[in-house]
Amino acid sequence: MVNPSNKRKFKILVVGTGLAGASAAASFGELGYEVEAFTFHDSPRRAHSIAAQGGINAAKNYQGDGDSVHRLFYDTVKGGDFRAREANVHRLAEVSVKIIDQMVAQGVPFAREYGGLLANRSFGGAQVSRTFYARGQTGQQLLIGAYQQLARQIGLGNVKLWNRIELVDVVTVDDKCAGIVTRDLMNGEVQSHAGHAVVLATGGYGNAFYLSTNAMACNVTAAWRAHRRGAAFANPSYTQIHPTCIPQADDFQSKLTLMSESLRNDGRIWVPKDADETRPVAQIPEDERDYYLERIYPSFGNLAPRDVSSRAAKRAVDAGQGVGPLKNGVYLDFAESINRLGLDTIVERYSNLFEMYERITGEDPRESPMRIYPASHYTMGGLWVDYELQTTIPGLFCIGEANFSDHGANRLGASALMQGLSDGYFVLPYTIAPYLSDLLNKPIPETTHEAFVTAEKEARDRFQGYLDIGGTKGPDHFHRELGRIIWDYCGMDRSQIGLEKALAEIPALHAEFKKDLRVTGSGSSLNQTLEKAARVDDFFELGILMCQDALTREESCGGHFRSEHQTDDGEALRNDDDFAHVTAWEWSGNPSEPIEHREKLEYEVVHFATRSYK
Amino acid sequence: MAQTLSRGPVTGTALQANAAKRKPFLLDLYGTAVGKKYVMAITGLVGIGFVLSHMIGNLKAYLGVVTEGDERMYDIDVYGEFLRELLVPILPHGYTLWLLRLGLIGALVLHLHAAWSLTQLNRKARSVKYQSERDYQVANFASRSMRWTGLIVLTFIAWHLADLTWGWVNPDFVHGAVYRNLDASLSRVPVAILYIVANIALGIHLFHGTWSLFQSVGANNPRFNRWRKAAAAGVATVIVVGNVSFPIATLSGIIDFDPDAITCCVDQEGHSE
Amino acid sequence: MSNLSNINLKIWRQDGPDSQGRFETHQIPEISDEASFLEMLDILNERLIEEGKEAVVFDHDCREGICGTCSLMIDGQAHGPQRGTATCQLHMRQFDSGAEIVIEPWRASAFPIIKDLMVDRSPFDRIVEAGGYITAPTGGAPDANLIPIPKPVADASMDAAACIGCGACVAACPNGAASLFTGAKISHLNLLPQGQAERYKRTEAMVEEMDSHFGSCTNHGECEAACPKEISIDNIATMNADYARSKFKNRKALSR
Ligand SMILES: Cc1cc2nc3c(=O)[nH]c(=O)nc-3n(C[C@H](O)[C@H](O)[C@H](O)COP(=O)(O)OP(=O)(O)OC[C@H]3O[C@@H](n4cnc5c(N)ncnc54)[C@H](O)[C@@H]3O)c2cc1C
Ligand code: HEM
Ligand code: SF4
Ligand code: FES
Repeated sequence: MVNPSNKRKFKILVVGTGLAGASAAASFGELGYEVEAFTFHDSPRRAHSIAAQGGINAAKNYQGDGDSVHRLFYDTVKGGDFRAREANVHRLAEVSVKIIDQMVAQGVPFAREYGGLLANRSFGGAQVSRTFYARGQTGQQLLIGAYQQLARQIGLGNVKLWNRIELVDVVTVDDKCAGIVTRDLMNGEVQSHAGHAVVLATGGYGNAFYLSTNAMACNVTAAWRAHRRGAAFANPSYTQIHPTCIPQADDFQSKLTLMSESLRNDGRIWVPKDADETRPVAQIPEDERDYYLERIYPSFGNLAPRDVSSRAAKRAVDAGQGVGPLKNGVYLDFAESINRLGLDTIVERYSNLFEMYERITGEDPRESPMRIYPASHYTMGGLWVDYELQTTIPGLFCIGEANFSDHGANRLGASALMQGLSDGYFVLPYTIAPYLSDLLNKPIPETTHEAFVTAEKEARDRFQGYLDIGGTKGPDHFHRELGRIIWDYCGMDRSQIGLEKALAEIPALHAEFKKDLRVTGSGSSLNQTLEKAARVDDFFELGILMCQDALTREESCGGHFRSEHQTDDGEALRNDDDFAHVTAWEWSGNPSEPIEHREKLEYEVVHFATRSYK
Repeated sequence: MAQTLSRGPVTGTALQANAAKRKPFLLDLYGTAVGKKYVMAITGLVGIGFVLSHMIGNLKAYLGVVTEGDERMYDIDVYGEFLRELLVPILPHGYTLWLLRLGLIGALVLHLHAAWSLTQLNRKARSVKYQSERDYQVANFASRSMRWTGLIVLTFIAWHLADLTWGWVNPDFVHGAVYRNLDASLSRVPVAILYIVANIALGIHLFHGTWSLFQSVGANNPRFNRWRKAAAAGVATVIVVGNVSFPIATLSGIIDFDPDAITCCVDQEGHSE
Repeated sequence: MSNLSNINLKIWRQDGPDSQGRFETHQIPEISDEASFLEMLDILNERLIEEGKEAVVFDHDCREGICGTCSLMIDGQAHGPQRGTATCQLHMRQFDSGAEIVIEPWRASAFPIIKDLMVDRSPFDRIVEAGGYITAPTGGAPDANLIPIPKPVADASMDAAACIGCGACVAACPNGAASLFTGAKISHLNLLPQGQAERYKRTEAMVEEMDSHFGSCTNHGECEAACPKEISIDNIATMNADYARSKFKNRKALSR
């Protein structure tokens, strides 16, 4: 513990102001630490947490349907296909209850029943109703809540906010994290910041796939730069592919849009049985439609978990049964629910999603079924952290989606928001104290230390380097090509042959990137092309590690499906004897030769079981 | 409000604001744009009240001649005298009218000052204009021309006072002979046109103003919100129709001063007796 | 799915806050009507980079209409011609072949142009820092169901809270006023029981902060029409009412 009057002697640098970062920075500020927060956005309110639609889980048991901390804990471990650390998950489940209290007190307008009490829904195939939501904008409302708390601390002078500033390196001195190097996006200025501890809350790396539901600016740079300075990267191949996104419409599509999973409560998923079907949807008779989820998984049906239903959709499309102009989607059909419950009820439930779908595709889901297809959505992997959320670099902490901690090989719906807020509000503010208390009244390296000076120079040179290549193609071109490789070989279905191919293609493309990249403009004024180039550069090295990790993990679990490891009827085949561990990769200096470490996962409370949704 | 970009960390932004500022309540309120809008709305409402009652009073011109005791007089002249006699004997003759006038002048001055300073504020708030054409969606002619219609009304008020109150620009003006003065003034076609144009401008000003003032004072009730536009249209129409009728009626001879019809208090040449 | 051809873009380019800007014209010979407006700009930018020219700078991030980062004055309308739609959700099917599309940045003195089409909207953050929160330090909160909130109240609060902080209201306002943004934030918190303790302090502080950056509302209603979340101008009335009350209540509280 740190004595209240001593707290102001410690400076904590929080990088990232999404749910995790904003809540942590605000809590540190309240506790009396000296806090500096960094974001490359113009305002903390823009972080990608804002885009979460569905909801946030908490074991409140307000619906009296038998939920409990234990059940949430169990569901999360099982949902993660027994690849998460038990203790972390249990703490998450305990804390979940406090998150809702906290957010309501801050003024988050969660949905309510007519009696005025909080409403819940069941989400992502959970057997209890434990998901709290605010229309289809839960992430937005939670982030605004956390942002408000942060804004208050900024206003009071307890937190310093650096906006439009990007972390470009992490600095260590004597094997401890001493601070960070940043680049001001507005004028290219590279600057060092020293602190007693650094917290990375910089979100996930789903954009490695190029097309994903993540915001355009989401990137891995912060975590990757920390990795290159010694932080182990855990389970990079655990990525979540979300089953209900709007399919790609053409080649230059920039991102994919998620359609909330809640739609699956009332929509039925199907494809035509005949791959050569050409009739308009309405004219395809019932018996020529394949409601494949209902057929294969009768007990969960259309609500089968994300990884399961994503793979099923991929199979249908690969078999040529895809629908839409590019035959790259499956139908999500509301006709039956509309008949049963009436159009008004369905529209009331999903109006904002229907409108969004119509704006994007120009089709009205009330009249013809939606077309959906899986897309990269969330990354369970991330920087390895211990129970106190500290990375392998002492003094460097990592929270939110950027760390690997709580979701194992697959994340349950509505659990990421819970984890981000739990880390930021209720875990890190206390687990950081033991590290800090050892540093009391000891001097820390200042930004004039040579480690900072070298890192700054490296950063300047790196950015100047992109400008100097003078090739022919912009960074988006390379990102798109890289994404295609990762999606094809390290997406929903992975195989040794494919991964080996990817491990050959990515370094080759990276070499081409370094030769043929073209960044126009200058390094001294705002330059989005230059920002992008640096981020894509890091995605290349991450992509290699993702494939390496996927290749090494010779089993199928959660979001990681190796086609060599499946049951006769095509279900994932886990190997608990050899792979019940976290793989933590250490940077060796050569992206293609990372060093593997394993953390064995011991289960004391839950017992291995095969997930079955049949 | 210059176009500057400051870099560096942001912190302590709410600390200065907490420094106690002790200004008298009304000045404090008037210090912000929202406060000024309260003043515009309330003074505007006073104006509406005045214009409405002024117009209703003027309708007496249509009542022609009445018999007061043993004198025959134009009803509107009686009304004019009534205004001067208001609250007599609590206050001496003419005092109440002057109090009302002072109130109106005060309201007008405040209305103008607020309008002027808010206009300055708004100019500064967009120092560089859009370089391409705007495509307005709901802002209408009335809302966008408030400053112009207001100025027309202001000019008109000045003329109106010079014409019918002080008589400087009225041919052979007779104090107290309202009907005569009205006829003398509005029989001149250019004056009638000025009168009509100014009142249409006033109507346009009030069409937006009446709807706007509910918003400005925060009168917000979903149940009557949808009536606000209708109420604004109603007020504007009543005032325009009422006021514009006078010049038309004069030109078409419905209002026509006839010295023989009355026994008081204007003589055949139109001089006061 | 079909294609549009010969789109002429007239785009505002400006090197920095103090530089002189200018319109630049660019052609898009062919584009799918499934493309989003920003994807069209992406395509233009890739081409510009390949030609060795600097890409057009514009703000964007989520491309789902929720983060509020995108902006753009398109053909004289904030967020373009489609009602209730942010620029990133605008698709090319809203336009016709051969169209000339004029793109300008938001313009307001409080939103200086950073470069090309990107502006700085940080005065919005200052308004929130001034009081747009409920003081609830981490850890001390009572059980979430302790205070029931009638559904209509929670819904009204949510309607106001839907604001994405994009600044279209300021951009569209002929006076450069931020009343819709501020009113929405104030309504969101002032409607809730949790927000009552700081209600008048909040309102006074936020309105006065707003006043130091933005113009004044003359109730044109352009903000509501431009707002991608269709936030109602009723929230402005709520703000005005609470502001006047705050002048009484805060004084009373202070004199105690
Ligand atoms: C479309 C969509 C829907 C979702 N729906 C749900 C849902 O319903 N329920 C649920 O539980 N989860 C959902 N998720 C997942 C969840 O939203 C995220 O996992 C979570 O919000 C991540 O929060 P975070 O704070 O870790 O990161 P983010 O919110 O991504 O914040 C990252 C922050 O780091 C900053 N940053 C990053 N890199 C740098 C750098 N180099 N320098 C400076 N700053 C940097 C950014 O500016 C930003 O402030 C959804 C995700 C998506 C994409
Ligand atoms: C003397 C010349 C006048 C000028 C220059 C003038 C100008 C203005 C201006 C600029 C506004 C602001 C519009 C807005 O903020 O919404 C306004 C509002 C208003 N004016 Fe006038 N005005 C004048 C006379 C009058 C008169 C004579 C009346 C009454 C009959 C009147 C009634 C109103 C009303 C009711 C409003 C609305 C106030 C609000 O929005 O809350 N004005 N005026
Ligand atoms: S009120 Fe509407 S237009 Fe204004 S910032 Fe909020 S969402 Fe954007
Ligand atoms: S890019 Fe996020 S709202 Fe448009």
